[in-house]
Amino acid sequence: MAEITVTVNGRTHTENVEPRLLLSDFIRHRLGLTGTHVGCEHGVCGSCTVLIDGRAARSCLTLAIQVEGREVSTVESLASADELHPLQKSFQENFALQCGFCTPGILMAACDFVDRRADPSREEIAEMLSGHLCRCTGYVSIIEAIYEFSRNSSGLEGS
Amino acid sequence: MIGSASPPTWVGSPVGRVEDDALLRGKGRFLDDYEPVPGIWHAAVVRSPFAHARIEMIDTSAALDLPGVACVATGEEIASVTRPLPAVVETEVEHFAAAKSLVRYVGEPVAVVVARDRYLAEDAAALVMVDYEPLEPVLDLEEGLVVSDRQFSYGDPDGAMEAAHVVVKGRYSFPRWTGSPMETFVTIADWDHSNGSLTAWANFQGPFTLHAVAAAALGLSGSGLRLITPGDSGGSFGVKAAVANAVVLMGAVSRLAGLPVKWVEDRVEHLSASSSSTGRITDLEAGFSVDGELVALRYDVIEDVGAYLRAPEPATLYRMHGSLGGAYRVPNIAARNRVVLTNRVPTSLNRGFGGPQLYFALESAMANAAGRLGIDRVQLARRNLIASDSFPYTTPTGAVYDSGDYERCLDDVLETIGYNDRVAAQTTARAEGRLVGIGMACVVEPSVSNMGYISLAETPEQRAAGLPKSGNSEGATISMSPSAGVVVELSTTPQGQGHKTVAAQIVADQLGLSPADIDVVADLDTHTSAWTISSGNYSSRFSGIGTAAIHKAGRILAERIRRIAADDLECATEDVVLKDGRASVIGSPDASVSLRRIAGRAHWNPESLPDGLEAGLRVTTYASAPNLEPADAHDRIASSAAHGFVVDVAVVEVDRDTGSVEILAYASTHDAGTLLNPRLVEGQIHGGFAHGVGVALMERLVYDDDGNPKTTTFMDYLCITAPEVPDLKSSHIETPSPFTTLGAKGLGEGNTMSAPVVIANAVRDAVGVDELELPLTAPRVWALMEQA
Repeated sequence: MAEITVTVNGRTHTENVEPRLLLSDFIRHRLGLTGTHVGCEHGVCGSCTVLIDGRAARSCLTLAIQVEGREVSTVESLASADELHPLQKSFQENFALQCGFCTPGILMAACDFVDRRADPSREEIAEMLSGHLCRCTGYVSIIEAIYEFSRNSSGLEGS
Repeated sequence: MIGSASPPTWVGSPVGRVEDDALLRGKGRFLDDYEPVPGIWHAAVVRSPFAHARIEMIDTSAALDLPGVACVATGEEIASVTRPLPAVVETEVEHFAAAKSLVRYVGEPVAVVVARDRYLAEDAAALVMVDYEPLEPVLDLEEGLVVSDRQFSYGDPDGAMEAAHVVVKGRYSFPRWTGSPMETFVTIADWDHSNGSLTAWANFQGPFTLHAVAAAALGLSGSGLRLITPGDSGGSFGVKAAVANAVVLMGAVSRLAGLPVKWVEDRVEHLSASSSSTGRITDLEAGFSVDGELVALRYDVIEDVGAYLRAPEPATLYRMHGSLGGAYRVPNIAARNRVVLTNRVPTSLNRGFGGPQLYFALESAMANAAGRLGIDRVQLARRNLIASDSFPYTTPTGAVYDSGDYERCLDDVLETIGYNDRVAAQTTARAEGRLVGIGMACVVEPSVSNMGYISLAETPEQRAAGLPKSGNSEGATISMSPSAGVVVELSTTPQGQGHKTVAAQIVADQLGLSPADIDVVADLDTHTSAWTISSGNYSSRFSGIGTAAIHKAGRILAERIRRIAADDLECATEDVVLKDGRASVIGSPDASVSLRRIAGRAHWNPESLPDGLEAGLRVTTYASAPNLEPADAHDRIASSAAHGFVVDVAVVEVDRDTGSVEILAYASTHDAGTLLNPRLVEGQIHGGFAHGVGVALMERLVYDDDGNPKTTTFMDYLCITAPEVPDLKSSHIETPSPFTTLGAKGLGEGNTMSAPVVIANAVRDAVGVDELELPLTAPRVWALMEQA
């Protein structure tokens, strides 16, 4: 067992964990943040994507002990009680989700992507999305949702 | 609807999804998020590494010695508390939830470990020692054990084929593939020793015929199996029908362990050992008259269902039986259907469900025939399409096509893609030495299955000995609380399609409310929900029959409300209209009463209700589509209630240097009857299209010569990704179905049926070959070019 201290969605946790515990399992089963989903456990599908120090990372390929002293953000950090995040709103307005299982990972990846890449083209968004599998939508609505968000988000704080 | 006032009706409008807010916040409730009972233990499955082997010995001692391990249940122990899974056609091969002494596919369960957590369970699973005596696997479909062999003849296929001017023969192989939903199988099983019953939570999708199968295998009768499905499910595409087997396995393990047990499948297990589409070889002869009239079809089909014939198989083979002639008025049809076992994972439902396989053969034959006859592909289709004035149209095999205007759809897709310009551009491109091809296909998309079609696997004589089977019904419940809150309870087990949204649209129209006022519960509990054997979400049944149940329940509830209001307002029931949360008299909007007051009266003062009205406001009802009789003595079956139409045209270019296929343009015109929510429709179409393109170009479950699955991770099984999905121009015409309440037909599977063969036909045209195999990977197309 190893003791780690990690900040998740602004709250600091100190926990004893087995060195082999995956970050995805730590988030879901230790902290009860079940919005992060596990689709493949081998780093391809992208469902488990979270932000570590603001950058998208696969929580199924990360051990909990690797986030010692770092800041993790999950999908639960995006909306306030009253209002969805503009990216989430754009997903809703564009019908960019169906079953919603892959959605949290894509939202987190898109936050990082739009943060780093101003005014991306649809092709660039599709290229980013190639790291995520969605079996429901055929992706076109997701590309549109991220595109619209990227065009409307200039000047948005914290996105 | 987003950002606008109420439309004339909510049904038909692009209403925003009521599902989204929770899902976007990460507050969806998928089964792995559930802890429905305290003290849950975790299971890991020990699986066969051989495609065919005898189990010589299992040693569980090292696993049991591991601290935190409660139980290791071997296949033999599991078999001791279960029975073989009942099959549609009984075979000599007994199928237990775990292998007893013989394994028949890689990944078949041989033991299950129960431990404190999943990590420990996997540690212990690795310590279970199994000695196998490997046996020769059977992988070739033509050498598989035949477990069903049926021959069908409609009209005079022999005579017509004999008289045909041209007979186009071909062999068309369709690969195994999988819709592979992003959420894998999950089951929680809680055996109750006090009364010998099982409560199981599973992300199962129906059909609930499989509830009876699971209960029988567990030796449970009556209400012994309580099956609960969560409201959120991470996709299915048919695949999660097979979760029913995990209910049996984990139910038995919970019983043996004396503990509640949770099992979450991992992706490797999912891709190798959960389920698959069938693999199919079709030898097809298509006979044409001199002027291109399709006069006869003769199918000879070998269907690989894997190591066991697992219910509801061989349904993949018979789901399309009414539509063996596709969109064409061909009067003479023969079919031989052989179902074979091979040492691969057993098959089950998968998006398109028999349609991709059928149309790959039929529409390939049409494309090859156009070449042989020297008739343009469009003209050949037009020559044979069922005419718009012949609906409802009964096919030789017994389907009743409800409505359609196939030629108008064809005209529409040609205009959408700019067909004449595409043909001209192709000529120019070819002159430049480029390999540009055009493909098309016409697809009849059945929806709302008749459960009776599966009995075609039996002879009429065998069928006559048993209970006649049909069935397509669905149930729903609607209630209004004392404060006029409206709750709709579904039995349609949605997995992302937006059933809750459509239910809210329907009931909002009926009760004069807004969809936001309607709470919809998608969780299903076999102890409390309005379900039946055909309940669930498969064969695109929601838009046709799921909505019919909701609509019927809403209509009955609205009628009851209007009767109470009429009593209050001293007017006739038929003069009461429900609008904006009030019941008012037509033409006298001031004479009105709130729904809250009506609901209050029904709950707080039932003695005052008009004669014949019971207390409370809760309606449970079932709806059934018409015409779906059991199969007749001539093997004719109305296999589905509604039939949409899809016609696609694709333009592709093949890279001469690499063989890679690029889709330059793709257009699809649908007729799915009345569209209930155009935005949900587009989502279904784009999703089904992506699956179809995936199986056309990259998706395939691959086995080596020893029967080892080689596509067991997402690095090997290539799900189509965002940059690989081509642009789709989608358009619609609407001929409402006379057989469904709202005129709607299923539409989520059509492009999964059409896209593989449309793209194949375009590649045929580009490269100049008749025979090819899916998926059209670059090396394969390269080989085709060498051969051409």
